[in-house]
Amino acid sequence: MAGLEDLYREIILDHYRTPRNRGELPPPAAHAVGHNPLCGDEIDVYVEVQDGPNGAVVSDVKVGGQGCSISQSSASMMSQAIKGKSVAEVRALVRRFKGLMSIDVDESDTSVDLALVESAKLGDLEALQGVVKFPVRIKCATLAWNTLLDALAQSA
Amino acid sequence: MATRHSGDAAMSLDVAAVRADFPIFDRLIDGQPIVYLDSANTTQKPQSVIDAMSTFMATAYAPINRSAYRLAAEATDAFEAARSATQKFINARRAHEVVFTKNATESLNLIVRSWGYANLHAGDVVLLTHMEHHANIVPWHQLAAERGIVLRWVPLTADGQLDLTNLAPLLDGAKAFSFTAMSNVLGTITPVRELCAAAHAAGAIAIVDGCQYVPHNVTDVQAWDADFLAFSSHKLCGPSGIGMLWGRETLLDAMPPFLGGGNMIADVRLDGFTTAPLPAKFEAGTPPIIEAIGLHAALQFLSSLGMANVRDHEMQISAYALRSLTERFGDDITIHGPTNVEARGATFSFAFRDIHPHDLSQVLDQRNVCVRAGHHCAKPLMRLLGAPATARASFYIYNDESEVDILADALDSASDIFGT
Repeated sequence: MAGLEDLYREIILDHYRTPRNRGELPPPAAHAVGHNPLCGDEIDVYVEVQDGPNGAVVSDVKVGGQGCSISQSSASMMSQAIKGKSVAEVRALVRRFKGLMSIDVDESDTSVDLALVESAKLGDLEALQGVVKFPVRIKCATLAWNTLLDALAQSA
Repeated sequence: MATRHSGDAAMSLDVAAVRADFPIFDRLIDGQPIVYLDSANTTQKPQSVIDAMSTFMATAYAPINRSAYRLAAEATDAFEAARSATQKFINARRAHEVVFTKNATESLNLIVRSWGYANLHAGDVVLLTHMEHHANIVPWHQLAAERGIVLRWVPLTADGQLDLTNLAPLLDGAKAFSFTAMSNVLGTITPVRELCAAAHAAGAIAIVDGCQYVPHNVTDVQAWDADFLAFSSHKLCGPSGIGMLWGRETLLDAMPPFLGGGNMIADVRLDGFTTAPLPAKFEAGTPPIIEAIGLHAALQFLSSLGMANVRDHEMQISAYALRSLTERFGDDITIHGPTNVEARGATFSFAFRDIHPHDLSQVLDQRNVCVRAGHHCAKPLMRLLGAPATARASFYIYNDESEVDILADALDSASDIFGT
């Protein structure tokens, strides 16, 4: 069976112990709350979207709530990865990350630019790859990302 | 089956012999035995239950209550024998006061949908407690939304017992008091007889959620003077798929049916129907026949151990767990609920060194230690505890003190990973 070292990589524990971009953003930033009904985890994602010369950009992001090491570290790494990126790039990264988690995506969803998905860089998020070997925890890893999509839908 | 009354006061159950009756404990995962500490969730099954069900299917299966041939008559007798065994197990007055349902959740829903709809109206008060399982909250919320009934709540003391200081005013004007006999989160055992008496003094009926209590204690609904009791088979070594409702005959007789269909009718015409007598009135459709056979074997198994011995065993293991875990981990562990083993069962929700319960459970699983991590279907209580989730270790007849030590060792390895 897969060992715990596949799951609890040092970079994951680092983001868990020292989460980045913790806090809240006041309105008009979008705010979504995600729940994992299995374990009771709750996560708050705040995103500030501003129009730029090349379309809408996630200019700031904050994460609140509480959860396990996997959900918290995933949220922390997500916040770092999306800050300053265009909304189109962020949507592509979400798709890319869900692919890493072996989640079937809706290929007919035209809101995601497939070329951007190809070029999206997961960076530190690759450390979460081991989660796939522990299927129960995939929901932990994706909680922040689904909550992010809710927040983006609000700001659209 | 051998009796296991060892007669040794220090050892109320021969755990090794009990364990030998459960084939799942022959299984090794990664070469190590399973340390099953999740019996508050669901219990493992003894060979006698497995055999009873498979033998019944192989040699005696038939429909019940509706066919004249001998095989069907035998199956009907076997099904009704399970009802009588259930009656005796909880010391009910009459076998037909026992209704078989799908699970204890359905039993509680049956009470709310049938008794509640017939007897409660806008403004009527139902008293619950802060330590109820969602199954004893949500059906009442549904009725409140549809009927406008009012829910009141008994609060808790700091050590997780019911705070009965204001019980009389809370019960004032209440029509029903529905409460757990033992909390699935805190392990707290509530004073059921006292609560039933208080309910009756206020003119309310007393509904007892016995899911966590009945598998671990001697149950006597007459001594309690309760009105309803809901409990489940799968938490007392029986199969899943069958739950039990006991109700006072006069109440059940006066209640409208819950589900409509076959078996629950006396007559059906184009312009209506009349209901069958108890218990068929509440058993629409083909019931869980095979499961009832398994339930009967489970009740026989527990009775052969003796429920007083089961309780003694769990008090011993509780005392050991409370003492050894707090001695070993001090302030690093917070065990919720009463510290007095008289006031609790062997179900322990705990927080350990700020490690999230989901992570704890994952690390414990490396040692095959099976615990529940989550909100335990008791979110109002979890909010009171200030924890969105806890880890919960629950012990039963097949667990011994060495498994408390394995749990503690596994907690140490969680410290190694998450320690700062």
